[in-house]
Amino acid sequence: MIKTEKLYKKYGTLEALKSLNIEIKSNRLTYIVGPNGSGKTTFIKTILGLVKPTSGNLFVDGVKLNGTYLYREKIGYMPQIASFPENLSVKEVLNLLKEIRSENVNYDEELIRLLKLEKEYEKRIKNLSGGTKQKLNAVIAFLFDPPVLILDEPSAGLDPVSSSILKDKILREKKAGKTILFTSHILSELEELAEEIIFLLEGSVCFSGGKDELILLTGERNLERAIANLMMGQKI
Amino acid sequence: MNALKFIIKYQIHDTLRSKWLIIYTLFFAAISYGLLSFTNESSKVILSLLNINMIIIPLASLVFGTIYLYNNSDYIILILSQPINRKTLYLGMYLGLSFPMALSFLIGTGLPVLLFIRNFKEAGPVLFNLFLGGVFETFIFVSISFLIATLNENKMKGLGLSIFLWMFFSALYDGLILITLQIFRDYPLEIPSLVFTILNPVDLSRLLVILKFDISALMGYTGAVFTQFLGGGVGFAVSILSLLLWSTLPLMFGLRSFSKKDF
Amino acid sequence: MLKIRINFLLLLIITVYHSSFPKTLLVGKNETIKTLRQAFEICENGDILKIMKGSYLENNLILTKQISLLGIDFPIISGNKKEKILTVKANNVVISGIHFMDTGASFVKDNAAIKLDSVSNCLVENNKFTNNFFGIYLAKSWNCTLRNNKVISSQKKQTYSGNGIHLWYCRDITIEGNTVQGHRDGIYLEFVRRSLITHNTVSKNLRYGLHFMFSDSCKYIFNRFEQNSAGVAVMFTHHVQMLHNIFINNWGDASYGLLLKEITDGEIYNNKFIRNTCGIYLEGCNRNSIEYNIFESNGWAIRLMANSMENIFAKNNFLGNSFEVTTNSTRNYNTFRNNYWSDYQGYDLNRDGIGEVPHHPVKLFSLLVEKNRPTLLLMRSFFVELLNTAEKIFPVITPETLVDNYPEMSFIR
Repeated sequence: MIKTEKLYKKYGTLEALKSLNIEIKSNRLTYIVGPNGSGKTTFIKTILGLVKPTSGNLFVDGVKLNGTYLYREKIGYMPQIASFPENLSVKEVLNLLKEIRSENVNYDEELIRLLKLEKEYEKRIKNLSGGTKQKLNAVIAFLFDPPVLILDEPSAGLDPVSSSILKDKILREKKAGKTILFTSHILSELEELAEEIIFLLEGSVCFSGGKDELILLTGERNLERAIANLMMGQKI
Repeated sequence: MNALKFIIKYQIHDTLRSKWLIIYTLFFAAISYGLLSFTNESSKVILSLLNINMIIIPLASLVFGTIYLYNNSDYIILILSQPINRKTLYLGMYLGLSFPMALSFLIGTGLPVLLFIRNFKEAGPVLFNLFLGGVFETFIFVSISFLIATLNENKMKGLGLSIFLWMFFSALYDGLILITLQIFRDYPLEIPSLVFTILNPVDLSRLLVILKFDISALMGYTGAVFTQFLGGGVGFAVSILSLLLWSTLPLMFGLRSFSKKDF
Repeated sequence: MLKIRINFLLLLIITVYHSSFPKTLLVGKNETIKTLRQAFEICENGDILKIMKGSYLENNLILTKQISLLGIDFPIISGNKKEKILTVKANNVVISGIHFMDTGASFVKDNAAIKLDSVSNCLVENNKFTNNFFGIYLAKSWNCTLRNNKVISSQKKQTYSGNGIHLWYCRDITIEGNTVQGHRDGIYLEFVRRSLITHNTVSKNLRYGLHFMFSDSCKYIFNRFEQNSAGVAVMFTHHVQMLHNIFINNWGDASYGLLLKEITDGEIYNNKFIRNTCGIYLEGCNRNSIEYNIFESNGWAIRLMANSMENIFAKNNFLGNSFEVTTNSTRNYNTFRNNYWSDYQGYDLNRDGIGEVPHHPVKLFSLLVEKNRPTLLLMRSFFVELLNTAEKIFPVITPETLVDNYPEMSFIR
């Protein structure tokens, strides 16, 4: 579904991505993990076109990204932190996005109901709490029923109840055949969903493969310990 | 095209709702109304409005524009993760800010002038050029501010640069011209002085006004180039052309660096 | 024989009758008298010559008899671009209703459509003059009137063009209600005394609309001088009165609404100076009163050169001029008082209609522009306004005595 060839990104003198060759498989739940500053967010942003690679290629659904933007119709994105025009209401933000993506009319508004966002509809963004904003972010990612979901630190800022609602939603979407990509730097229950793991360290792929494969390789009992092991610097 | 329309629509909606634009409009209205009720002489009013054109509009456009882009950085990321062309977003935000600001200037100064229109019997062409200049300056300086904010990640640096550019275009530049013209006064300076003027958008919009207001004096200058340039339609045409260039060039550079930028 | 005698007697009576009573002669293609030259030979003092509609080619006509020349439906007398047309050398001549056109142009001769040469009590009225070198030329004449004539030419070069109405060594002449266009000088007077120039419209002349020298005690009232390339220039004259005239749209690098050179004891009242490059320019002028005038939208309302003294500028309205007053000196021996200045920024706390803060009409920038013209382009820029304000607070190079200590707070009617 998503493939990179020698994807390389340099900010000034800092090498953020060092020649990544990654393939993210369709209909799988891929978990990108790595310590702070390992390049997770940069990688996600290159997929979204928010960051322009210094060199290398990126393919989404077989299409090479080269200043194109229409491919983003296939992607739902939940950023780590999000802000919206402060003076707009929740409803207006949703309407804005709906109008921008007017080609898509199959709205998935299930999360609005589950996260009880209707009662915030008329509120202006500037009057929302951080958690509510994060809920809105989640709603927006799923809203257009996209085949690819990219979730950057999805559970950050959410209360446990909302977090588990989101988790259930992710599972349901997975079952519906979506390609899902999410990142995290803290180990949370969401990881248990992961099928594929990509471990990034200082801009390079340290490990890429199935969850069971990783557990096997590290010889640990579960994913959490396996990843902790990787972070401690164990060579594979 | 649809996307552009929607972005402009929402942007204008957002801008119109924020208080600063209302304050901006009221500020213009208060000043023009004050001036108009203080004197019934159109020339005094026009010259004071010209000063507003030269000082307030560039400052407000530069500062508001820079802050606007910085404040909306998260919103930009939100929109850019949608199937939207970056250029569309940039253009949409640019128009979504500069239109309401230009409108705010037109309404703020225009309404009081309309109320006192009987004082402006023969001042139609000057007023037209004055408003034209103000609108152009809004578009020009908003486009410059967008370029500054796009190129500078650091907010303080961007804002500082905006304020410096304001001082430069509004005052310093003319001081430098004056010093240059004084130093080289034994040389033919007709064409250089015209070129200097054209290179500064603030001077251009001032030229639009004095072309009407002080034409009697300007025509008193001994020089064929001057007389030809200022007397005929050439001066007006060249001024408009350079103002158009001034409002499109920074926009194009801005679009280019915005397209390449990482968020 | 007797029959012949009676005939002779009859002829004699007719002749006597004719010479003692004025008679009316008709000139025209279909009349017995075909040409003016012929008519001038036949006619006698007091006769009326009626010139019928038609075209007459005439050059160098000389009229020595005191007659009236009346055109019927504007007959055209053309000089065919060769020489002058009509020279009047008799008093009490009336010329009316005739269309004179196409005298020859010349570098050496002052070819005029009508020249009044050393005569008095003549009247030139309701005539048209088209494309003549000189229109009406008066030399050494007195008590004559030029009224309601249209003197229009389309001359191109100043050096090769003549004046519309030209007076030389004349006195007590009335020039009234004429329209003069497209000549070198519209109205030109040299060594003229006690004449009245009123209600004329003088426009689009190549040099001056009105130009006089050494012409004392003349009055200029209710005239309009418009779009003349150098405006109006008056020189070397005293006791001139200029009242209720309008000087408008005289633009150009050497153009003046009114240029005064060596004018003394003049009265310049109630005139309007609108959109001229320079409203009034004074050089070597003394003891003139310039009062109740309106200066509006001029480049320079007043340019006062240093050698002018004891002039009074009072009760004038200065409205929206680029520069109100400029001078080439830091000293000033003229008086400015009780004028209304639209650039005035003071206040009137005691409400007596006079501002408490004196007004300095000379700005620093105007002095700068005098010395360095391209700086004119910086007019009204923020930087220049700062300079002006600084100079106003601490005057260094602007003349401190050129000041209106009693600036009026409102328009003076």
